[in-house]
Amino acid sequence: MSGFGGFLLRRAVGTVITLLAISVIVYVVFYVTPGNVAQITCGPRCSPAQVHQVAEQLHLGDPLYVRYWHFLQGLFAGQDFSTGTSLEHCAAPCLGQSYQTGQQVLDIILGKLPVSLSLVLGGMVLWLALGVGTGVLSAWRRGRLSERVLTAITLAGTATPVFVIGLVLMIVVCGELQLLPFPEYVAFTDDPEQWAWNLLLPWLSLALIEAATFARLTRAAMLETLAEDHVRTFRAYGVGERAIVGRHALRGAFAPVIALNANNVGSAVGGAVLTETLFGLPGIGQELVHAVKVVDLPVVVGMVLVIAFFVVLANAVADVLYAVADRRVVLA
Amino acid sequence: MTESPLATPAAGTDASVPAAPGARRFWRRLRAQRAALVAAAVVALLVLVALAAPLLTALEGQDPFTYHPSLIDSARGGVPVGSLGGIGAEHWLGVEPQTGRDLFARLVYGARVSLGVALAATVIQVAIGVAVGVAAALGNQWVDQLLSRITDIIVAMPLMIMSLALLAVVPASFPRPVLVTLVIGLIAWGSIAKIVRAQTLSMKGLDYVSAARLSGWKTWRIARRELLPGLAAPVITYAALLVPMNISVEAALSFLGVGVKPPTPSWGQMLTAADVWYQAAPQYLLLPAGALFVTVLALTVFGDGVRTALDPRAASRLRIGTGRKDKDAATATAAAGATATDADATKKEATA
Repeated sequence: MSGFGGFLLRRAVGTVITLLAISVIVYVVFYVTPGNVAQITCGPRCSPAQVHQVAEQLHLGDPLYVRYWHFLQGLFAGQDFSTGTSLEHCAAPCLGQSYQTGQQVLDIILGKLPVSLSLVLGGMVLWLALGVGTGVLSAWRRGRLSERVLTAITLAGTATPVFVIGLVLMIVVCGELQLLPFPEYVAFTDDPEQWAWNLLLPWLSLALIEAATFARLTRAAMLETLAEDHVRTFRAYGVGERAIVGRHALRGAFAPVIALNANNVGSAVGGAVLTETLFGLPGIGQELVHAVKVVDLPVVVGMVLVIAFFVVLANAVADVLYAVADRRVVLA
Repeated sequence: MTESPLATPAAGTDASVPAAPGARRFWRRLRAQRAALVAAAVVALLVLVALAAPLLTALEGQDPFTYHPSLIDSARGGVPVGSLGGIGAEHWLGVEPQTGRDLFARLVYGARVSLGVALAATVIQVAIGVAVGVAAALGNQWVDQLLSRITDIIVAMPLMIMSLALLAVVPASFPRPVLVTLVIGLIAWGSIAKIVRAQTLSMKGLDYVSAARLSGWKTWRIARRELLPGLAAPVITYAALLVPMNISVEAALSFLGVGVKPPTPSWGQMLTAADVWYQAAPQYLLLPAGALFVTVLALTVFGDGVRTALDPRAASRLRIGTGRKDKDAATATAAAGATATDADATKKEATA
């Protein structure tokens, strides 16, 4: 067990280092750019007084490491902001405030989070089901026509950008066939049924793209298991093909699929940005694109940090899960 | 299967002899795959179209920037005059709604942006990836630790989110296609560095490299003369998969309106604009969508073919799992599977 404990500890330390490194990179990239940082941060419509105030908040007069220290302090301990007239406290984790809307970045993110979570989690259920299902099917029917058709479909899936699939789906399903109304976000707490109906197409577009990767992985992992000694032994004992594929080979695909799913969070978030923009869902992705367009720097920086945090965390969880699954395989 | 096995990118730890892939053998293997050949032809055609864009538009007698208000029916909300969106001898694929710009011209110039950005970004990714990977594998423990950590961090950063964010801070005066190229190239080199490092490490212990070291060759000379040829196969394989990935990212960024800015034509950007016109002028939407789909698909299939051609064991993939025990075959599936997975994973990371 000490071996595993040591692994966990190493992985945890590595994760913290990675997160700190990302915070440094993000800080340097966004707050140490040439030009008037305070003006860029504040946005194009800020008055000179506001710019001056932003410069003070960012401690622009101090050396770089002091500035970064203040930035970290805000993240971990919170910060006080003067809004010109009053003093406002921004509790940890303080991601700063948007100078264009006056809102705190964390509040903006938390407000948009339910939409993005609904999209990604629902899509995840779909792409796991679709991807693993297709992978199992094509491993089972290997070498036959149906497998070739499935392989071609998954290939087309990996090759299609998510916004192209989404656009086509929306036009065909909502526009031409009028099977569904154009998606409009309804909160789950307001009306679960409407929530699901409205998210169906966004889920599907996200899932169709992601599923292809999972199908290929599942197929490869299952074929690998099928070539192993113990499967040959099962065959020799007369275990049916269906049981071999459905039970034993599928077990071999379990660990890699879990790991890929956690590793895939970064990609899924990126896909969510596109899906949200395409379907007009008011989530984090849409807000990020908006913030980029109007150069609302604190919002951009905050969102990048939060998303990177989740992605790095998911990667670490993937590693641990993989190790756990692998150990179980060894024990079994 | 008896030919000297090439090490696959992902199976970098096995001690197979990384023979330089004979160009002739590579072509023979590539030719044996029908799908890859068709894909190669499509890719070649696309590159030709992109290169000859000014020529083609001159032939048509149009350019991608001129507005043609006379071809727009303002009474019907800006729909092109005539049937099929104004397709005819003057405008081969019709004109854009609202502006009347020539669609054919915008499409072929869009191919320039798409392919140009993707290829240039791939060159940057490969250059950084190979340099970092080789340096990590050949440097001392500290260099390796440092570079590997940096690589891990780069891999951990969500490409789409970082590129989006980076595009916000750079002033608008910076030429957009160059910026998009740099952003994609500078963020997404992590996977290739990892592959190159693993491959170099596995080659480092081989006899011919040890021999070179023992005869007193400098590290730089060993890297250049002995290691780089062995890296060609995995790097080419991976680069072939990076190109379609980069095309998707560029299209996605332009689709979001933060990539290549108008009036420079780009397929992703055309899709955004065409969104609302799908009923009145469906070809405005279908053309860039189709172009994007065909390009990425052809490049992906071609990349798969290149991989199979460079990796003799990948070809045996289909024959595995028939129940017979074949150690060679088992490792082959593992290698093929791992490579596919790895490439897929990175591709998704980006498309996203």
